[in-house]
Parts: sequence; C-alpha cells; structure tokens
Amino acid sequence: MKDDAKTVTDAKKRYSAGVMKYAQMGYWEPDYEPKDTDIIALFRITPQDGVDEIEAAAAVAGESSTATWTVVWTDRLTACDKYRAKAYRVDPVPNSPGEFFAYIAYDLDLFEPGSIANLTASIIGNVFGFKPLKALRLEDMRLSTAYVKTFQGPATGIVVERERLNAYGRPLLGATVKPKLGLSGRNYGRVVYEALKGGLDFTKDDENINSQPFMHWRDRFLYCMEAVNRASAATGEVKGTYLNVTAATMEEMYERAEFAKSLGSVIIMIDLVIGYTAIQSMAKWARANDMILHLHRAGHSTYTRQRSHGVSFRVIAKWMRLSGVDHLHAGTVVGKLEGDPATTKGYYDIFREEYNPMALENGIFFDQDWASLNKMMPVASGGIHAGQMHQLLTYLGEDVVLQFGGGTIGHPHGIEAGATANRVALESMVFARNAGRDIWNEGEDILRDAAKTCTPLKQALDTWKDVTFDYASTDAPDFAPTPEVSA
Amino acid sequence: MRLRQGQFSFLPDLTDDDIRTQAQYAIDNGWAVSVEYTDDPHPRNSYWEMWGHPMFDNPDAAAVVFEVNECRKEHGGKYIRVLAFDATAGWESIRMSFIVNRPAEEPGFRVVRQEVDGRSVRYTIESYAVREPEGQRYA
Repeated sequence: MKDDAKTVTDAKKRYSAGVMKYAQMGYWEPDYEPKDTDIIALFRITPQDGVDEIEAAAAVAGESSTATWTVVWTDRLTACDKYRAKAYRVDPVPNSPGEFFAYIAYDLDLFEPGSIANLTASIIGNVFGFKPLKALRLEDMRLSTAYVKTFQGPATGIVVERERLNAYGRPLLGATVKPKLGLSGRNYGRVVYEALKGGLDFTKDDENINSQPFMHWRDRFLYCMEAVNRASAATGEVKGTYLNVTAATMEEMYERAEFAKSLGSVIIMIDLVIGYTAIQSMAKWARANDMILHLHRAGHSTYTRQRSHGVSFRVIAKWMRLSGVDHLHAGTVVGKLEGDPATTKGYYDIFREEYNPMALENGIFFDQDWASLNKMMPVASGGIHAGQMHQLLTYLGEDVVLQFGGGTIGHPHGIEAGATANRVALESMVFARNAGRDIWNEGEDILRDAAKTCTPLKQALDTWKDVTFDYASTDAPDFAPTPEVSA
Repeated sequence: MRLRQGQFSFLPDLTDDDIRTQAQYAIDNGWAVSVEYTDDPHPRNSYWEMWGHPMFDNPDAAAVVFEVNECRKEHGGKYIRVLAFDATAGWESIRMSFIVNRPAEEPGFRVVRQEVDGRSVRYTIESYAVREPEGQRYA
C-alpha cells in the first residue's frame, strides 16, 4: 500500500488543523471485515484524471459519512472510528478502463431506523456531486438483517394479494388506460369496464393521471368503481383498478386514498416522484387500510439508466421493498423499455425471493436476506403483446403482473376482445407449461392452437406477429455468467 | 355467464386427462392437492366445502381425478374446483386453483347499488343463485 493511503494513527498528527487525504483520515481500511450488522454499499467510481482510485473510494466513504473537506477537532468528542464509513475493497471494473468498484461499509448506528430518507441522505447525498469524481454510481447495497427489520416492508405482499384477489397459479393481467390524457371520467370508465370484463384482473391509471381539467380525480374514481363492480359481476372475479392518488401534498393523497377505500377499491397507486417519505407514509396507510399499493417508477430512468452515473434500479428496488410498496414496475425484457434478461432477473429476484445469493451475472453483488419481509409483485409493462406470452412466462415466471396497454386497447376488434386474447394466451401457456411442454420452443404453436377456439387471440396474433423491440441494452451486468472475479 | 374464477376458466372445460396432468404438476412440486365444491360462487367466498382433506401424501394424480369424479356424483350440479397448497415457508398458501365442474346453468351475479352521500355508491355483488337456500340453488 502507498504510504499516503495509510491511516494516520498518531492522534496529534491526525487531528492537526488542515487538509489531509481521506485515506489517511481513516476512510480506507483494506483489512476491515464488515460486521453482520453493517450496511454495505457498492459504488462504481470514475475518478478524475490523476486521482488515485483508493483515495477516491476513501473520499466517497468520507463524504457519505462523517467527513468534511478539512480536519475538525470535534471528531475527537465522538467515537469517530465507529462512525467513519470504511472503504475496504477497490476492484477495477472488467473491460472498463478508469472505472472501479468500491466497497464501503457503514455502521448500523449511522442510520435512523426505518427511514429511507435518512439512508439516502447519506448514501446518495452530497457525494454524487463530489468534484474529484467524474462519475459515481450506486450499484448495489447489502442491507443487514438488523436494518431490514426496522422497516414494515410491503403492505400486502404477493401471497396475501393473491388471497385477496382469489387469483392463483398464473401471472395477473393488467392494462393501462389509453390515451393516458384527455379522456373524461365517463369515457375512461368505459375502457376499464371493457378490459376487466374481457379477462384482465387490473386496469391502471397512468403515472400522470392525477386531477386535470379534462377529468378531476373524484369523477375518475366514481366511474372506475362502477366499471370494476360491473365487470366483477359479469365474470364472478375480484377486479381492481389502480386509482392513482398521487397529488401535491400528503393531505390530498390521504383524502384520495380514503375516497378510494370508501368506494371499495382493492388497490391504489402512487408515483415514485412523490418521494421516499411520502411512499413510506402511503405504505403505512395501505397496511392499516387493507389496501394493495402499486408504485409506478415514474422518473427512475433519469438516474438508473446510465452505467457510469446514478443509482442502479436494483438499489431502488431494495429501497422500495423496505419502504413497503406491493407492486413495482421492473421491466419486460422483450418490450419497448430498457432491460436485458440477466439484469432484469436480478431485479425480479430482489422483489420476490426470501434470500438473494450473490449473483454477479445478474448484477447482484451481495447475499441479501430479506428477513421475512413480504414479497413485492413485479409489474411488466411497455410494448408487450399476446404473441410474446411464452417468452414472458419463461423470463418473468408466475408472480408478475403482465400489463398490456396498447396490446389490449389496440386490438382490432376492441378492448374486450384484446383482454380476452391476452387471458386466453396466458392460460393456455400456463396450462401447457404445467403439462410439461417446452413453451420456449413450442410457444407459437401453443398460441396458434389456442387461437383455433378463440377468435380474439387469432386477431391479436395476426396484428402484432412481427412486433419486437430488439435494441442493445445500455445497462447490462459487468460480469459474464461465469464470473472471473471472485468475491 | 361463465364463472371466470380459477386459472383456466377462459379455456374450454378441462377433460379428466387435463385435470390429471395439472394435478400431477402440483404433486411434482410438492404441493398437496384438494377438491372443494360450492353452490355459492361469490368471488369473495373463500371457503368452499372441502371434499375431504388436502391429499398430503398422494403421489399419483389419478387419485385426484378419482376424487373429482366421486365429488361429481354427489355435487355434479355445483361448482367443483381443484386447489394445490404449498406449505413452504414464505408461501404457506394456495399455488393453483382451477374449476373442474360447473352447474348446467350459470345465472351469474347482479350488482346492487346503494346510492349514498354525494355521488358515492356502495356496491354489493350478489349471486342470483344464493336467493335460494343451500342445496336448492342449481338444478
């Protein structure tokens, strides 16, 4: 190790006034063994030219915990060794010159229990604008069991959601009402009714449907619940529509949520842009009021998409499972929005598993025990259609909401036909999988066979048979399926 | 109307062989398969009558088909479903549910609206069949 990366242990030298390297201040401890209770963050750091990666990692540790730019004597009034975050490992990123993975451990006592706002104020607070770095990305976090247990977790969870909906053994089906803006409440409810009656479990408000001049929120809620109940009577199923309660203030959101409850809705919806504290508040409300809570990840791509800078979506997913939402969008692999299969699998595992073993090929850098927090239902939406059902079931599995917006409402014979096409495609694919068929290779045959007794499915397959979205992904794992870097 | 509960209600009615392959899938996953029947198909009626306990130690789906047919002999005019229970930690609930028998006529449900304050409505879904006492609801 370079001498200027060693912690200065002589207290007199360490605390004499002036500027000192972060590594010398104690934020780089290559021998540190993280405690079971520690929270660990993995950052991708891109130091400015001429900045040593060890010093850069130490600076990130410092700026996200106790440090400021100069030595302060008041450190000596505290158990400062404990409160200093410790960078303990720096690896070059494979095939990416100038980029490094920095592992930083934080003591549990640095964080307020049960507060994502507090966690993020440290971990992604000042440090992302730090000048010695060209770019910084939070790739993953290990959340210790001691910390996880301070959170409520999903208000309902996958198992209880299924019990409430009386829907088992298949992915759930949804659709976002389109056009997303401009429909009156009465017209909007028509789309909901047709889609639910045709076979969907859910319809959904879009992220920016709140309370606009063309449709105020009470009107939307009233017409939607008429549609939900009519469709429920027509099919004998529990139906739901995600009533978006996103608003400018918590008071208005609570008012909208209470109204949704009074009308008998099983589910409400919020947008990621309302912020972490508002999300946690709504999750507490949802738990207290037997409500499923859907979260639309509006805005996330502004900081999740680029590999060099921002926050990986897998970290957002972890924060949201702690925060307590039940549904969260997580990508489709085959649809129109960003997401390669390996990375998306990593997200889905974070949503749905009790325990995530390290899986570098899926972008998961740490073992993560969820300590019996409920599971989150992933939602797949954006450019998917019935003809992809075998791929969707193979990639995404059974516990997922498949949302076909255009793929329902754009059906040439109407919304109800579109919904029925999706439901028949889904049920026939699940049936075939359970019966032992190779759905990946025989999927198109299975759909064609099902379409023989279902005209709407035949029409859907004919309409969208050639639609694919085959673009290179901007955010793929850094490690090949057989990782060369041990951990 | 056609009751759309269960995971295969948009497909043509299942044959006994279909029931066997689906039940075998459950058994192969370690799930206990159960047969239940009802003449109250309300979507929130969680507790259909049990045709015996879940078959915890049964390795062969033929036994499930046998029980479905025994149930049909007594309750062929009602709804019968097959369920699969997963006792794994973190799930401990139902994994599969599909209807294997229906009444000849399915009268469906009506929406009862109670208009209350403002434009709010309290909705109730009611099966037409449950207007008759248990045992007299379907032909």
